[in-house]
Amino acid sequence: MSAASGRIGASSWRERSVLPGFGLSFGILVTALSLIVLIPLAALVLKAASAGPEAIWALASSPRVQAALRLSFGAALLAASINLVFGLLIAWVLVRYDFPGRRFVDAAVDLPFALPTAVAGIALAAIYAPNGWIGSLLAPFGIRIGYTAAGVLVALIFIGLPFVVRTVQPVLAEMEAELEEAAALLGASRWRIIWSVILPPVLPAAMTGFVLAFARAVGEYGSVIFIAGNVPMVSEIAPLLIVIRLEQFDYAGAAVVGVLMLLLSFLLILFFNLLQAGLRRRLGHV
Amino acid sequence: MSVALQIEKAARQFGGFAALKGVSLAIEPGELLALLGPSGSGKTTLLRLIAGLDHVDGGRILFDGIDGEALSLRDRRIGMVFQNYALFRHLTVAGNVAFGLKARPRAERPSGAEIERRVRELLDLVQLQGLERRYPSQLSGGQRQRAALARALAIEPRVLLLDEPFGALDAKVRKDLRAWLRELHKRTGHTTVFVTHDQDEALELADRVAILNQGQLEQVGTPDAVYDHPATPFVCGFLGETNRLPVEVRGGQAWIEDRPVYAASQTNLSGRADLYVRPQHLKLDRPDAALLGGVVELVRRHGAIRRAEIAVRGLAKRLDVDIGGGVAPARGERVGLRITKAHLFAAT
Repeated sequence: MSAASGRIGASSWRERSVLPGFGLSFGILVTALSLIVLIPLAALVLKAASAGPEAIWALASSPRVQAALRLSFGAALLAASINLVFGLLIAWVLVRYDFPGRRFVDAAVDLPFALPTAVAGIALAAIYAPNGWIGSLLAPFGIRIGYTAAGVLVALIFIGLPFVVRTVQPVLAEMEAELEEAAALLGASRWRIIWSVILPPVLPAAMTGFVLAFARAVGEYGSVIFIAGNVPMVSEIAPLLIVIRLEQFDYAGAAVVGVLMLLLSFLLILFFNLLQAGLRRRLGHV
Repeated sequence: MSVALQIEKAARQFGGFAALKGVSLAIEPGELLALLGPSGSGKTTLLRLIAGLDHVDGGRILFDGIDGEALSLRDRRIGMVFQNYALFRHLTVAGNVAFGLKARPRAERPSGAEIERRVRELLDLVQLQGLERRYPSQLSGGQRQRAALARALAIEPRVLLLDEPFGALDAKVRKDLRAWLRELHKRTGHTTVFVTHDQDEALELADRVAILNQGQLEQVGTPDAVYDHPATPFVCGFLGETNRLPVEVRGGQAWIEDRPVYAASQTNLSGRADLYVRPQHLKLDRPDAALLGGVVELVRRHGAIRRAEIAVRGLAKRLDVDIGGGVAPARGERVGLRITKAHLFAAT
């Protein structure tokens, strides 16, 4: 309800409002959005179309492109899901407990944002490579992370970690301890309190973090290519395919892969947002 | 006399601060007891100790003779209404009320139909019928409070605890709810303890009032007993308004300077003392007839009554005097005062 009243002119944009300036701000919005997002994307679609329908189909149905898209989106979804769980946990620990070094951990959560992704990729590769610290420990068990699809996943988890933590943290911090006390007095077990008192109000924010982490992971390039090994059909991500096409001066081909990614991303994010809107409605006005 | 809840020398410290210094109190079954005190008096601390949300540093709290420490929160069966209600915002009113029933272990959990029936019954009781599907954000303050009450009653509590039940409501709603809560208590008969800092609320609502000050119990008694026979100066000053007159007691009389102002026959005090007089216990008289005389400084309206502030020779503070239906004295007029009733305590 509060969201609706805060959105001035959403339903009745022609009516006079106590907050004037809708025309001006809307104009700036459209201009900025066009210059930065819509026109470049339209150019991308145009460029892709110039390849002609047969070339587009050939690319879209090529096993190598399909494998790369599957890896990119699959790993991004999996990484975002893992970040959802760990993000909730980290946010909980940071909000609820006071321990020495809490501020340090709190700051460290943001590091994946600040680090150049290539640096992150090289660092991860060095550690998870078969001769790296962790990689060498896993190697005797036949587990390989560096230079495989698992490496892609590790990199995507790393870069998406802060999103869920940062979206959930303020919601958890605002939640009154009295809600838990009330639930405990009503006889709820610890699990029930977590499951039916703490989690539901946090879910929409966690979902926002999930979508952000997912979107970030789909487009990630820098960190992945250092640890993935980039073996076609195995550990080659879609953004890398685009770069390969560009290096071969196949701009239309690169644009086609780009448009395919764009479409898939748009559909998935739309789906998640609808899911989230439903969640918010079902959970009442939280 | 049976006892539903026995508090024995309950003490609680926070850091170096003693929030509760050994309070003992017995609460009878079906009683409606008010914990009254200013902020920082320890009343909310005591309520949380009873609820089991906090633990005593000393003493015990017994529920039907069983030490509370030995009971889990579930087994204590405390129905609590928090000051801000603490309703689950993601659940409907019905969902909130059903929470305690659904949270029971599987073996004791009522069937879905039974839960639904109980919820409907409780919502009827608190007059929220028809609002089952609303979310807490869609309710008014008074409705939220009643929803929280229904939720607390759902677990058939041994003791019902209300933390400042009317604190967050506006004056009109507060008055209506007070009467309604009194009525509800009469019908359901739950042993109820409520915390308040509002003496009117406590006196009007409670069967007995326990007055706390600085972590100590000052007095427990019926509203009439604590109002008419305050045991300590604090109780006297906290329950309603009062004038404090420094006096000298000798020969069964309280004196201000050379004037005997009150016959202190039932006291064994002597020497310096404080005489506490409520504004309604000061009567205007002819200036020459009374021993206490002064000048009217101000007359103002105080709800249904008018109140005069009178400067008396020998007293640093003006006296508040209620004026009945008669003609109000003019400002600057000399009047006499007669004390009809007062409480005498040793000087602090």
